Amino acid sequence: MNIFVLVKRTFDTEEKIVISNGKIQEDGAEFIINPYDEYAIEEAIQVRDAKGGKVTVLTIGGEDAEKQLRTALAMGADEAVLINTEDDLDELDQYSAAYILAEYLKDKEVDLILAGNVAIDGGTGQVGPRVADLLGINYVTTITDLEIDGTNVKIVRDIEGDSEIIETSLPLLVTAQQGLNEPRYPSLPGIMKAKKKPLAELELDDLDIDEDDVEVKIEIVDIYLPPQKAAGRVLEGELSQQVKELVNLLHSEAKVV
Amino acid sequence: MANKVLVLGEVREGALRNVSFEAIAAAKQIADGEVVGVLLGDSVANLAGELIAYGADRVVTVEHPHLKSYTSDGYSQAFLAVCEQEKPEGIILGHTSLGKDLSPKLASRLNSGLISDVTEIEGAGEDAVFIRPIYSGKAFEKVKIKEGIVFATIRPNNIKPLEKNASLTGDVASISVDVQNLRTIIKDVVRKASTGVDLSEAKIVVAGGRGVKSAEGFEPLKELANLLGGAVGASRGACDADYCDYSLQIGQTGKVVTPDLYIAAGISGAIQHLAGMSNSKVIVAINKDPEANIFKVADYGIVGDLFEVVPMLIEEFKALKVNS
Repeated sequence: MNIFVLVKRTFDTEEKIVISNGKIQEDGAEFIINPYDEYAIEEAIQVRDAKGGKVTVLTIGGEDAEKQLRTALAMGADEAVLINTEDDLDELDQYSAAYILAEYLKDKEVDLILAGNVAIDGGTGQVGPRVADLLGINYVTTITDLEIDGTNVKIVRDIEGDSEIIETSLPLLVTAQQGLNEPRYPSLPGIMKAKKKPLAELELDDLDIDEDDVEVKIEIVDIYLPPQKAAGRVLEGELSQQVKELVNLLHSEAKVV
Repeated sequence: MANKVLVLGEVREGALRNVSFEAIAAAKQIADGEVVGVLLGDSVANLAGELIAYGADRVVTVEHPHLKSYTSDGYSQAFLAVCEQEKPEGIILGHTSLGKDLSPKLASRLNSGLISDVTEIEGAGEDAVFIRPIYSGKAFEKVKIKEGIVFATIRPNNIKPLEKNASLTGDVASISVDVQNLRTIIKDVVRKASTGVDLSEAKIVVAGGRGVKSAEGFEPLKELANLLGGAVGASRGACDADYCDYSLQIGQTGKVVTPDLYIAAGISGAIQHLAGMSNSKVIVAINKDPEANIFKVADYGIVGDLFEVVPMLIEEFKALKVNS
């Protein structure tokens, strides 16, 4: 089976956000594979181990993203592709990212594409479904279970806490929700092997993409931090008195109950 | 800029979701002309009046047996047929499970940008700017569509719907679409939500963390949530420890919620959790550890054992209900 995983390099979830000159500062920040993409990588490896085939991890970004691709290779992916847009593009949006990925994927005869259901930085969840649409294949988002039998696919999809049982078929793009699996940590031998696995680097030219084709459709006017919350009130006194006071405050001061 | 704005009325179990009324309010703000409600389903025309009562100028319906359950294929065919007829300059959907799944496909087909998960709209008409959280609410961005259709999804519970006015009237028309070639079959839906109130739309959320100690430990939280008509949530710690289902997880991984009242019980307040709830209107923290991070974002805090505090809270809220 020919399996691709769309991966994004993101800030570690424990990082605080610092903004200067209208941009989010990346200096000194820890970067990780977007956590939802880790589920996608794990699932891809499990499908390959059960059905045979090849797992290719694919990302768009700069040189720095190589580290996350190597991590995915260390987990067990077979090959990695970095589409390096650093020199060509100042900005990307979901439209342009999907366009670039689809241009790369269109002649690859994919059976299955996996991605995270959302990236924890931009948080739009658009790129996966957009890629599927551009490729003309079906997609199912926020999946928590995947069973493949020949070209038949059975999926459990999380819909706001409820589960939808779905039947569909390959070729297909799915986006991973938490609960799909438990992503493995790269093993030491895995890390050693990953250094020798193929990692191809492409630029827009290699894909015959013109910069005009990927002009963004969205303009970011401003980025800012939410207002700091004023320190709250920690109640005092007998516990039962505190509880009485709290209910009273929620009712008459905050007016939320 | 947006002479005509389409709003999808999202139907769940035969009723319109609140987010649809919020979407009408958002559409009104960016529209220079009319706001058109769109209803898709096997039998939905009866809901058109409610969309109009909440401010839609008129409603277009598409009814077909293949639209009984949501599928991206079925809904996109129907919605695009409406777009073809109406030629909208703006589209607003809820940023719900359905909206998140459908909107990227529509944007791709319409070759347009899409601003997802909007929590506020500043300005009106042509000057409207969309505000949305990034890094799960650790920061915000203001965004505009550069050209083409102004297309956005709005997060439930953030934009105020207009006052319902049952005396409003508007045209309701249906168009017929041959919905076909669905590549996805929905075999079954298994309901798991513990209180029946949807976490992302709940006005009140009662969430537990590692301090809840076990699956049974969530029982008092569920009782409190039920009493208040709210939903139960959890921290990553509680989900990782298997006290509850991952579908309840709130945080940078998991759901981002902005209820009117968030009660955090036995949650320490890791940065990744705070990202998922710190924009709630009022936050109550209950924790044994007075140094817990959660107190830094809480409006009201009680230092104490949740197993003592929560039952007391239940009694007090019951008393409040009786008295008011």
